[in-house]
Amino acid sequence: MTEHILAQYVGFIFLIPTRYVIESVYLIASVLFIFSLHWMSSPATARRGVLAGEIGMLLAIGGTLLHKDIVDWKWIAAALVLGTIIGIPLGKVQMTAVPQRTALSHAFGSLCVTLVGTAEFYLNSPGISPFTMSVLSMEVILGSLTFTGSLMAAGKLQEILPQRPITYKGQNIVNLSFLAVAVGIAGYLVMHPGAKYMFPFMVFIPLIFGVLMIIPIGGADMPTVISLLNSYAGLSAAAMGFVLNNKLLIIAGALDGSSGFILSVIMSKAMNRSFSNVLFGAFGQVQAAAAGAGEQKTVRSATPEEAAGILAAANKVVVVPGYGMAVAQAQHKVREMYDALTKKGVEVKFAIHPVAGRMPGHMNVLLAEADIPYDRLIEMDDINGDFPQTDVALIIGANDVTNPAARTDASSPIYGMPILDVDKARTVMVIKRGMSPGFAGIDNPLYYDDKTLMLFGDAKAFVGNIVRELSGGGH
Amino acid sequence: MPSSLIESLYIFMLAGFVGFLVIRRVSPLLHTPLMSLTNALDAIAVVGAIVLAGEHKSTFATVLGTIAVVAATCNIVGGFIITDRMLKMFKTSRPSK
Repeated sequence: MTEHILAQYVGFIFLIPTRYVIESVYLIASVLFIFSLHWMSSPATARRGVLAGEIGMLLAIGGTLLHKDIVDWKWIAAALVLGTIIGIPLGKVQMTAVPQRTALSHAFGSLCVTLVGTAEFYLNSPGISPFTMSVLSMEVILGSLTFTGSLMAAGKLQEILPQRPITYKGQNIVNLSFLAVAVGIAGYLVMHPGAKYMFPFMVFIPLIFGVLMIIPIGGADMPTVISLLNSYAGLSAAAMGFVLNNKLLIIAGALDGSSGFILSVIMSKAMNRSFSNVLFGAFGQVQAAAAGAGEQKTVRSATPEEAAGILAAANKVVVVPGYGMAVAQAQHKVREMYDALTKKGVEVKFAIHPVAGRMPGHMNVLLAEADIPYDRLIEMDDINGDFPQTDVALIIGANDVTNPAARTDASSPIYGMPILDVDKARTVMVIKRGMSPGFAGIDNPLYYDDKTLMLFGDAKAFVGNIVRELSGGGH
Repeated sequence: MPSSLIESLYIFMLAGFVGFLVIRRVSPLLHTPLMSLTNALDAIAVVGAIVLAGEHKSTFATVLGTIAVVAATCNIVGGFIITDRMLKMFKTSRPSK
């Protein structure tokens, strides 16, 4: 009772009714959120963007606590504390774990939205207007499928679940029929908002769909899928905004939904595949037939000493990092190599393919973590023209993004995909553990080229050896 | 109802456009922290959950609302922490090294 009076007092102090205080706070938070994303345009202003988002969020939560319908703050406080306790370690994971952590956070976000939608339904049924029921259904269906879909994605990224796509004939029809049934139930509920027994089906069927949707998607397609799930999480929050008539939610949801959507489009273009192809066409099954039956192709290989010698003698070196470098945790050794070469007057740049890694921009973060200055990290479109003047292209843990078959071989599954033109450099060196294919499951003709030297070994160990040779080499 | 629906649609449409125009200018260098930031901002859904957990209209709703607050708060706290950590790492070349 006293808390209720307190809430009235806050409004009274400003001589404004509480609900106007809350609406004004939400308005300010909306502005802060827009600035937050705007300031992410460059690393120089980005941290200001985080601060803006934090302030906006705190204001919005503070304002909401003044809501007139709240009778008791105990559960809220306990939940906020528990969420903070769980959230802190999640914020401190290693950079290599960021993709799966991001997927997990999409699951948490959509869980919140789905639960709120469910609770709102049962509180208000049968008195729900057709429009509200429609957006509530969207909220719940999107929320559920994003929940399980994101958990599946996190599992695949953490390698708890198999990364190879699992497909079977008619799979797309089966999956889509689950979705169709859920939408059908939604339609029924719009007409009969009192049908409380039907609602659980509308929650559980999309949960299954979320799992089935991710099963046929392989590791290499994860950047597109995570971006799409990011978008869905935002859209379900926007739907919640429509249900609760909360403009801040609608705005934040729309901002985040379009962010995820733009990233998915960028990722798809970078793989030269359409959305439907990523979602419904399995990619990455090992092409046994393509491995030229009985053909013995030779590769040239080199030792760390030889590699170090070639690198030290070069003027311009471009390093191409890939997921393999992340797995081997070689980024810090790579930085040492960067320092050693730069000291010898070699110009070293890093070529970043948009889908390198397991989520958009993953490589940049890993290299930044290793203290490599971000002006050395160049996007594919900006650096591709430099390869003909590059003395050495050093590829670490990347495969498909360097495969020239994407340009020339129309029968290749990666045909048309934009690649890094490493084969135009004067010398190519590839650090790889063995000759196994990358995620596209195909062979890479680059490896058999005369100017290519294979450097077999673990990335961290090999680069470490190169660094030793460069420092001990008494030049 | 109808007028507030139309308002909401206009706002959704405008916000979508603003999102599009703002996000396309984000440097690809920062796509990863962008995703963790937008996820933290999505957790604004907590405001709906807070009211549910506090209005005590039914036990079911209160329980669901409380769990929802926990889930959203994890994202808020974790999301801002990790985004800031990532952004701290981006440095330019030191002029003389």
